[in-house]
Amino acid sequence: MGYTDHTQMEIVKHQYDTVIIGSGLAGLRASLEAVKVGSVVILTKLYPTRSHSTAAQGGIGAALGNEEEDDPEWHFFDTVKGSDFLGDQDAIEFMCYSAIPIVIELEHLGVPFSRTADGKIAQRRFGGHTKYFGKEPVRRACYSADRTGHAVLHALYEQALKNQVKFFEEFQVLDIVIEDGIAQGVIALEIKRGILHLFETKAIIVASGGFGKIFKVTSNAFATTGECLSILFEQGIPLEDMEFFQFHPTGLYGLGILITEGARGEGGILINGRGERFMEKYAPTLKDLAPRDVISRAILTEIKEGRGIKGKEYVYLDLTHLDPKILEKRLPEISSFCKTYLGIDPAKEPIPVVPTAHYAMGGIPTDIKGRVLRDTNGSYVAGLYAAGECACVSVHGANRLGCNSLLDTLVFGKEAGLDVAKNFKNFLRGKIPSYRIEKVKGFIEFLNSNKGAERVAPLRERLQRTLMDKASVFRTKRSLEEALEEINNLRERFRKVELKDKGTVFNQERLQAFELYHMFNLAEALVRSALVREESRGAHYREDFPYRDDQNWLKHTFIFKTPQGVEFKFKPVVITKFQPTERIF
Amino acid sequence: MAQERRYIFHIKRFLPEISSEPFWQTYELTLSSWERVLDGLIKIQDYLDSSLGFRKSCAHGICGSCAMKINDINRLACQTLVKDLPEIIKIEPLPKLPVIKDLVVDMTPFFEKHEKILPYLINTENLPERERLQKPEDQERILEAITCILCGCCTTACPTFWINENFLGPSALLKAYRFIFDTRDTAQADRLISVVEQMGIFHCHSALNCLKACPKEINIPQHIIKLKKLAVKKALRRSLKI
Repeated sequence: MGYTDHTQMEIVKHQYDTVIIGSGLAGLRASLEAVKVGSVVILTKLYPTRSHSTAAQGGIGAALGNEEEDDPEWHFFDTVKGSDFLGDQDAIEFMCYSAIPIVIELEHLGVPFSRTADGKIAQRRFGGHTKYFGKEPVRRACYSADRTGHAVLHALYEQALKNQVKFFEEFQVLDIVIEDGIAQGVIALEIKRGILHLFETKAIIVASGGFGKIFKVTSNAFATTGECLSILFEQGIPLEDMEFFQFHPTGLYGLGILITEGARGEGGILINGRGERFMEKYAPTLKDLAPRDVISRAILTEIKEGRGIKGKEYVYLDLTHLDPKILEKRLPEISSFCKTYLGIDPAKEPIPVVPTAHYAMGGIPTDIKGRVLRDTNGSYVAGLYAAGECACVSVHGANRLGCNSLLDTLVFGKEAGLDVAKNFKNFLRGKIPSYRIEKVKGFIEFLNSNKGAERVAPLRERLQRTLMDKASVFRTKRSLEEALEEINNLRERFRKVELKDKGTVFNQERLQAFELYHMFNLAEALVRSALVREESRGAHYREDFPYRDDQNWLKHTFIFKTPQGVEFKFKPVVITKFQPTERIF
Repeated sequence: MAQERRYIFHIKRFLPEISSEPFWQTYELTLSSWERVLDGLIKIQDYLDSSLGFRKSCAHGICGSCAMKINDINRLACQTLVKDLPEIIKIEPLPKLPVIKDLVVDMTPFFEKHEKILPYLINTENLPERERLQKPEDQERILEAITCILCGCCTTACPTFWINENFLGPSALLKAYRFIFDTRDTAQADRLISVVEQMGIFHCHSALNCLKACPKEINIPQHIIKLKKLAVKKALRRSLKI
């Protein structure tokens, strides 16, 4: 016995009409449409039900009006305002009006929503959800206790099984092959046996999720490393609005585990070290239900000014005044986290929280049909789609509203699937040229045999700390330049990385090295985009440019990787109904 | 606040490319009182031995990736704090599933059991324009069952499964319950037949191991008993023709 590297030997070829990368909500929802016209395979680096969508707690935004009067037009307005006017209003309007049928459809597919007394889908308050265009909070978040993502993910997975969608579990995508401006196929590694697989295909839907793992403190799962965005970026496809990364205000102190905004929707409040309900000061109308960027900055400002709890780097989320039945019925999961991880009962003690890296507003630029844009002029890559967190439509602009992420995955996952189905007859089966296979093999060979003093984990740790310290909630030119220098330095050190695991079977060190290589690209795209945008908007806050500048910056950032380095182009924001105004909550 | 302590991780390893036999390996590490077994495994993989294989994803008990046997109990590594364990922590893969590498088991047999009970909502009625109505108390009947994360702790803890790999097992039966007792599902009869005829509910002898193993604290035996009651009631009805 001994190690033989199977990646350099056999290659298994497959032919499916549509390849979907990622088995979260966007990928699963897309599969249900694409499978109506042809064969569909979903490649996932995990098992489908392990996808990070399962961690979504609070709900899905849809103006069903089940608990009180609501209107999709208000949802549209809230999303635009929440986005700090950077979201494209045609896409947002489409999403908010599609929200109602998409949630009804989920119910029909079997999602076990919590119910109102009269049996309708229950709804609760959430950050930035208002009625009468910002006047007062509204119950719009459709939920299944605080396990909404889990409930929807399982139901969609079940429906995908029912509809004969094929799954390849624990397959790591190594290349998404685009040649002549057309999507050709995917090269993937079967993690279990360490064998390469080729998927020559008619259409590819990238639904690979976010990349929160570039930050040290994050609510994101380990797998959210974003390599698919980077794989496209390396082929000249731009990334849009990468500087906008959302920090969720309430991560469990020390762990980053998310405590849903639903906790504040149910009446929870934030308290500083002096016992003050400080959000009254920052957002007089919505208070603890202001959008996430506003609250995250407020928390860190309180901490910076010495008003953390006992002078430490956290504040309290107080739920002790709530009816214990609410915690038990509507927030059971977070109650259980608090007990398991901190040994506290949120019914009796406040929860120590601090902002945690949560969601990438930016990503692979797409149009409303999920088609991947190759430029700011609207031209797209034939047969290539993206949906969910990896994509940027843009419906979230500079800051996403709570409950709009699940909505985005479902609405645009479905659209991508529908567009594949509609244009199916025009797509030709792709061809993966052999030089692409050799390139992938070459990179694996580099990882297998490279010698040097560097190891994957310390480099990754360093990258995550750099992004956390220098490019998170507060940024300056100086901090960003330092981050960039460090990223370049780490990338250089990566050339001397040596893997200690020489195995082929389930070699996780090799996978992590592959992920890290791509994390450098995303970190650089984020930092460079943040350097370029000399204003503060939504989640992007520059201490050296603390105001929003609509005159110069009401536009999307497109970053391109070229042989000469990175290049920027800008795309105007689509404004249809709501002109930018000062953003007060 | 956090106290540090030395732990010994005693791990049952299997590297199929090196040896066809499993072996035990010991790692020493210092962990804080708030850290979890998963944190320990990550530290080993990151800094002591990168060849150690284990699954992980959400790290807060909602995805079901990191189920393993820790000090003789099936549980999630991300939900088990080291401070609640003795200094020596014994870690093995989930029992009775083929081991791929170290703590990574082949979950295929586990997922195949689910596919046998038609694990998706079936409703042949015409769809209303809006959502189907469901009373809160009806939704509550399936509330515990829908919290299942398919981690496999229960089925691999079940003595019936240990001696009979064809037994559907607690997890698949719980999934069957989730649909049979969902007021929106119209395939109750087919599903009941599937859990009776395919080494299902009547092969459960209430050993209650699943109850102890479930990291989501689902009372699985109670759900299986309700399935048994319903099956008996329907069978009686059929034989008495009422």
